[in-house]
Order: sequence, then structure tokens, then C-alpha cells
Amino acid sequence: MRDSAGILSVRDLVAAFDTDSGQVTAVDGVSFDLQAGKTLGIVGESGCGKSVTAMSIMRLLPQPAGKILGGRVFYGDEDLASVSDERMHEIRGAEISMIFQEPMTALNPVQRIGKQLSESLLIHEGLSKKDAWDRSIELLQMVGIPSPEVRVSEYPHQLSGGMRQRVVIAIALACNPKIVIADEPTTALDVTVQAQILDLLKSLQDSLGMSVIMITHDLGVIAETCDDVVVMYAGRVAERGPINAIFNQPQHLYTKGLMSSIPRIDSPRKEKLNTIEGSVPSLMNMPVGARFAPRSWHPSIQEYLQSDEFATVRPDLVNIGEDHWVEDCPYVRTF
Amino acid sequence: MENRESKPLLEVENLKVHFPVKEGVFSRAKRYCKAVDDVSFSIMPGETLGLVGESGCGKSTLGKAICRLLKPTSGRVRFDGQNIELMGKSELRPLRRDMQIIFQDPAESLNSRHTIGEILEEPFVIQKIGNAIERRQKVKGLLDKVGLPQSSTEKYPFEFSGGQRQRIGIARAISLEPKLIICDEPVSALDVSVQSQILNLLMDLQEEMNISYLFIAHDLSVVRVISDRVGVMYLGKFVELADGEELFRNPVHEYTKALISAIPDPRPGISKKRTVLRGDVPSPIDPPPGCYFARRSPIEVSEEIASTPGEYKEIGEGHWVEVHPATVDNYKELSAL
Ligand SMILES: Nc1ncnc2c1ncn2[C@@H]1O[C@H](COP(=O)(O)OP(=O)(O)O)[C@@H](O)[C@H]1O
Ligand SMILES: Nc1ncnc2c1ncn2[C@@H]1O[C@H](COP(=O)(O)OP(=O)(O)O)[C@@H](O)[C@H]1O
Ligand SMILES: [Mg+2]
Ligand SMILES: [Mg+2]
Repeated sequence: MRDSAGILSVRDLVAAFDTDSGQVTAVDGVSFDLQAGKTLGIVGESGCGKSVTAMSIMRLLPQPAGKILGGRVFYGDEDLASVSDERMHEIRGAEISMIFQEPMTALNPVQRIGKQLSESLLIHEGLSKKDAWDRSIELLQMVGIPSPEVRVSEYPHQLSGGMRQRVVIAIALACNPKIVIADEPTTALDVTVQAQILDLLKSLQDSLGMSVIMITHDLGVIAETCDDVVVMYAGRVAERGPINAIFNQPQHLYTKGLMSSIPRIDSPRKEKLNTIEGSVPSLMNMPVGARFAPRSWHPSIQEYLQSDEFATVRPDLVNIGEDHWVEDCPYVRTF
Repeated sequence: MENRESKPLLEVENLKVHFPVKEGVFSRAKRYCKAVDDVSFSIMPGETLGLVGESGCGKSTLGKAICRLLKPTSGRVRFDGQNIELMGKSELRPLRRDMQIIFQDPAESLNSRHTIGEILEEPFVIQKIGNAIERRQKVKGLLDKVGLPQSSTEKYPFEFSGGQRQRIGIARAISLEPKLIICDEPVSALDVSVQSQILNLLMDLQEEMNISYLFIAHDLSVVRVISDRVGVMYLGKFVELADGEELFRNPVHEYTKALISAIPDPRPGISKKRTVLRGDVPSPIDPPPGCYFARRSPIEVSEEIASTPGEYKEIGEGHWVEVHPATVDNYKELSAL
């Protein structure tokens, strides 16, 4: 049934929302593998479907509008896209947990930090209240919060943004999950704090051995933290592969465009940056063919845009190197 | 732009903006949030001064005080030869043509019930420039300049993407051919591919119109690309100011080093040495005495030394640094200068 030995394998995932103007497909046939103990990055511009992919894996799509329309999410012998709600409830928090961008929305403002940390320990680990409280203090210590025995009785608003994100990480790690999905965990933080949080995640991963899916729009964060990368564009995977292949030999024009449009710390000053002309197509009228084609600078792109192929054939991914896959359409690839 | 002959367009001297902190009726001593605390710098015509620092360090407040959306508590702002820090509304009006501000989310400053045509025409109407036909002609020219289609005039702000809305914001800002634009995080909310389009547009316009920018951002790589000189703010004060290349190649203040070393490098496998700060940003309400940065610096000093203020001084041509035992690693040498 499975064609790869990752700890989590997503295959042809399709997720959609019912909206006033009809159904929109936010994630359209996404596949990738998370290897045990490794970090997989998902990168792409806002609206490309990163969060919807994560929420589909966790089965946390907003209800009733959001639905998984197809595909599988293999975890061990199970398919998370079809297991019962009860089973999913057991898995969430205990085996797979999530860290969100905005710590304030992930935390309950009127509950003491210790209570929030204890919650999953009581549910999943069956600890007594006293033990759960003590373990909460240990967890706060583990994520580098000073005076944890004081902080454990405080409320979220009494902490700085960086400290709150540490609490969210502590909650996510409370039950020793095998997989952590971090959705833009540092986007709301200043660079100095971001660096601290990324270092913290890395060292916790090394000591606890979990696998991580790191979702971000920041290629710098990807380069510093990931082993493998999935580049998403308009709900689909444009290219995926090992970090070095993606950064050093990008094959998709979108990946290339992204790489060359970021200002780098060593870019010459006052020199024009590269840009990708045009903009992302709207969810309401996505092309069937290669979605990046209308922005492609391939010399014969007009032929493709006018072809039946563009109107009717959805390109698959093709393997072009060890675990390196790219959309199988010559008009959006390096030429 | 290097132009040592001409006079600065903007000179800011010892500028302070202190906000009174609202407290209970019974508290006696009034406390202040020292958002901008004794800042001095200047900007030359056609020059971009980048401004970086963590959130809450006072960047936006400084920008607003300069263009007089806020009244400074004390200090001087000299713009194009005139002292403007005490000017009233009517005195400021003619200056509004020459000094504009753009924000992170232009949507907030674009009236959602007006078409783009109306929004862009408004500054001409207010300043009583041209007749209806001439004004429409000017709007067309603006749309061309910022790369928006002519059909935009009939549309409303919500019909545009974030990047396009920022182009509209820029079109409005340049409509009266200003000498200075304060850019407050204009690309922070945009995706990288759109961000590079907007940065290029700003650089093009500067070349064409010789505009000066005060460019505020928390992304140092962005600031580096667009700026001639860069100032680093910490808790309401400038801690370092230098030519951009110099600042990034040879940062002197430990805080600048920390900021630069924290930027994630988009090249896998490069491991760099990080300057790690202790603790969190302290509050600008009743900041600790002496050197604000001393208690976070990787160079640890005694509380007694931390409580003595540093000295903001020029250590090389045009390179200013807050010199204090906790802020620089060659204090002896620099303090002797
Ligand atoms: N609750 C929802 N209802 C309708 N559309 C949604 C909803 N949530 C997300 N979408 C759409 O799905 C697409 C993917 O969104 P998302 O996964 O959040 O993007 P990102 O890559 O920025 O995380 C977007 O176009 C977004 O508008
Ligand atoms: N109108 C105001 N009243 C009181 N305090 C303010 C006001 N505006 C800003 N502040 C405070 O001033 C400090 C600097 O804020 P700001 O200039 O917005 O920082 P930045 O733009 O660098 O993030 C912050 O502590 C902020 O809370
Ligand atoms: Mg998202
Ligand atoms: Mg600000």
C-alpha cells in the first residue's frame, strides 16, 4: 500500500472549502514523506496551502466548511485521513502535535500556564494532578523558561511573546510526541527571539528524537533547520527534495524565482532584485495544467498556455535525482 | 547618494517622545513610556536611511514624530531649512506636500468606499492643483509610474492584492512629488516575490525623483539592500549608525552583532557564530538606569557599571556607536578616542 518508509507519508491529499461562491480546492494533490528524526520544510507564499495541509494531517480543518476530499496520510499502519474521530483524538497531542504561529491564540488567556500544560498529561498520560503539575514545571525548565516554579502559576499575558511561544512548545512536547508540526512558529517574533526559538527546537529534537514538519514562508528558516523541503505553489507541490538539491540545483522556475528574489545579507546594495512577474492565480479559477505557467519566462510558454494540454492535463511529479521530484512540465522547468 | 556638499534635507536633534502612562487614580508619581529618547541624525537629499530594531523599540513613533503625526516631547526636527517641531496644523499644511508616510498595511490608510481614481486625485484636490481634466491626467501618470493598469481607477481597494495595494499607497505618497517619504515597514506583510517588486519600485522612484527615504523595517536583509546608511535602535535610542556596507561588515555594538547574526541564512550548511542575547527586551516604561542594553549583552558587567550610561560617539568617519563596557568589546580603545 505504501511506497516509502517515512514516519508520515502524505499521498495525493486534496482538501477543499465550501464557500458562498462554491467549493474551492485549497490543497490539490499534495504528496511528501517525513523521515523519522528529520525535519521536513514546507515553503511557499501565503495562500499556497501550507496551513491547510497541516490542518488536514491533524484533521483540524475548520468545520463544517473544510473537507478532505481525497488522498491518504499514512502513519504507521494507519491512514489518518480515514481513522475514526476517537482514534484521531488519541493521536493528536500524544503522538502528533502542533505549534501555531500566534502563541496567544493557542493559549487560554484565563487559565494558569500549569493547568494548560497539565491538561494533556492528565488525558493522555494518566498522571495525577500533583504529578502533572510537577511535570509541567520540568517542561517549562526544558524549554528554557527562567524560574519555572513561579511561571507555572502565571497567566499567558504575564509573559513576553518569546516566552509564550516557549510555553506553546512545552505544551506540544508534553507527551513526547513522535511528530511535531510547527506552522510558522517564529513568524510573529523578532529575529533575535526567532533565533532562540529555532535553536531551542533543534536541541529538543536532538534530545527527544522527534520528527518535525516546519512550515514557513522564510527560506532562511528552511535553510537553517530542514533536511528535506517541499515547495508549494497554488495548492500543489512544485518541487520537493533534499535541502541541498532544492537550494543548490532548483529545477522548478518557481523555486528559482523565489531563491533569487530574496534580498541576501551579501547582496549588493541599491541593485535591483530579481522578481517573479505576475501574481498567483485565484482559487476560483485555477488552471488544470501547470499553475505557475502564466508567470513562467520559458521562451515557448505562449505555445503551452494556448495548448489543449494546459487546459486539460495536470502534470505529475517526475523523479530527477535522489528523492528530488519536480513538476513534470518542461515549460515551468529550467531550460 | 554621496553628496557632502549639499545640506541635509532632514535634521533631527535630541528628539524625545514620551507617552504618559495611564495609571490608577491613586498613584502619585507620573510614569512615562520613553518611546523615543534623545535621538539625533540627519538625512541628505536623495539618501535612504534604514532604521532597524526589535518591535517596540520606537521606530514607528520616531517616524510619526518626524512627519508630525505626533507632537514630540522635546528636541528639534529641521526639514528643508525650517524648524517644524512646534508648527501648528495650518503651518504644516504646505509641508505635507514635501513629506509623506507609507505604512505596512496601506489598506488602513486607503478609504475603502472610494475608488482608486478618487483616492489618487484627493491630494491634488486638497492642495488645489489643476482642474478636473488635468488631475485625471496626473492620476494616469501615477498609475503608470507604479506599474498599475489604467483600469484601476474604477476599482476599490479591496479588489487589489496586498502588493497592488502597496503600489496604490506609494502612488498616493509620490503624487505631490515629495522630498522625503517615511516608509514604515512597507514590505513586511508581503511575500518575497512581491516584496522584491516593491523594493525595486521604491529604488526606481528614488532615482527618478531624487526622493529621500527613512526606511523602517525589522528585516535587516531588506534594509541592507535599499539603504545608504543604517541606524540601529534599541529601547528608544540609536545605539549604532553607519554606512550600510560598513555596518554589516563591521558591526561594533553587541546589539547590532546580535541582530545581524540572528538573520537566518538562506544557504544550507552555513553555520555561523551567533551573538546570543540574555533575557527579553526590557520595557520602555521606567527602563533600567544607565546603559539600557547592559543587562542583555553577552559581555557581562557589574550592576554598578551597567548603571552608568554609555556615550554615543563617532568612532570613525560617520560611524556612531554607543560606547560602554557592555556594548563594545574594545571599550578601552574606543573610549579613549
Ligand atoms: N476557512 C476557509 N474557508 C475558505 N477558504 C479557506 C479557508 N482557510 C483557508 N482557505 C483558503 O485556502 C488556501 C490555502 O490557505 P492556507 O493553507 O492557510 O495558506 P498558507 O500557505 O498561507 O498557510 C487560501 O487560498 C485560503 O484562502
Ligand atoms: N500612542 C501611544 N501611547 C502610549 N504608548 C505608545 C503609543 N504609541 C507607541 N507606544 C509605545 O511606545 C513604544 C514604541 O512603540 P513603536 O514606536 O510602535 O515601536 P516599533 O515601531 O519600533 O515597533 C512601545 O512600547 C509602545 O507600546
Ligand atoms: Mg498559513
Ligand atoms: Mg512599528
